[in-house]
Amino acid sequence: MVNPAVEGKTYPATDPYLVGREKIREFAHAVKSTNPNNLDVFAAQAAGYDDVIAAPTFAVVIQERSLATVLADKEADIDFSRVVHGDQRFIHARPIVAGDELTSELTVSSVKTLGAHSMVTFETKIFDIKKDLVCTAISTLVVRGDE
Amino acid sequence: MTHINIAGLEIGQSIGSQEILLTRDSLVRYAGASGDFNSIHYRDDIAAAVGLPGVLAHGMLTMGAAIQVVVDWVGDPGRIVDYGVRFTKPVVVDPVDGAVLTISGKIGEIDAENNIVRVDISAIYNETAVLGKAQARVRI
Repeated sequence: MVNPAVEGKTYPATDPYLVGREKIREFAHAVKSTNPNNLDVFAAQAAGYDDVIAAPTFAVVIQERSLATVLADKEADIDFSRVVHGDQRFIHARPIVAGDELTSELTVSSVKTLGAHSMVTFETKIFDIKKDLVCTAISTLVVRGDE
Repeated sequence: MTHINIAGLEIGQSIGSQEILLTRDSLVRYAGASGDFNSIHYRDDIAAAVGLPGVLAHGMLTMGAAIQVVVDWVGDPGRIVDYGVRFTKPVVVDPVDGAVLTISGKIGEIDAENNIVRVDISAIYNETAVLGKAQARVRI
């Protein structure tokens, strides 16, 4: 069972994550992207970006860093071995670009109980070094209880 | 601007489809790229021990691969402004044959005023939808 008292709790911002060009390429290959804006600096610049941009789901890498702080939080009491990913959404204010330094701030937006199971929804706001919002990542985890 | 003329789009119109082969190699590659090293995505013994029918693809790999049909259509991943899915069924990845996903997209909504189109994505594995309510908002 997830502790319902953590609903509304906001966790401290993560340390900055420097988005590397090769990491963007590695992730793009892993999700089977062949788009030049993910891979080729000149193509990305011709499209108006400063450098290669990340694939649409790359923000999960940043979200995971915030999620790790929640999973380590004894108050939240989330048993990771029982976690199933329920849903995921990324709302982008702008694409993530190589060279970005990103921090994330996670809020537990809801904790619901369905029988033995819990459903926890997290909202992670990802900011650049100027503190401008880059992406809001919303994730629901289902924590299976004892049947 | 893109090559797409928003005035020429119709609700229900197909934007394309593709088959994606996920192999165990794909899973290991995604684990490394994403940092998700949950062992149910590469160890048969652990998958079996927790009652799974086999090694599963990361839901986030399915989500990340499924959007490529939309990226290929619009030509720029930076135009996917909002993308959400529900994970409805697991994708079991056979060690030899892998798993083939059939991905397709169609126009679900057209907001000509804001130049935004919603694409509804279908991801089928073994004749079953593995993503629910998979929708991407695309800036045209």
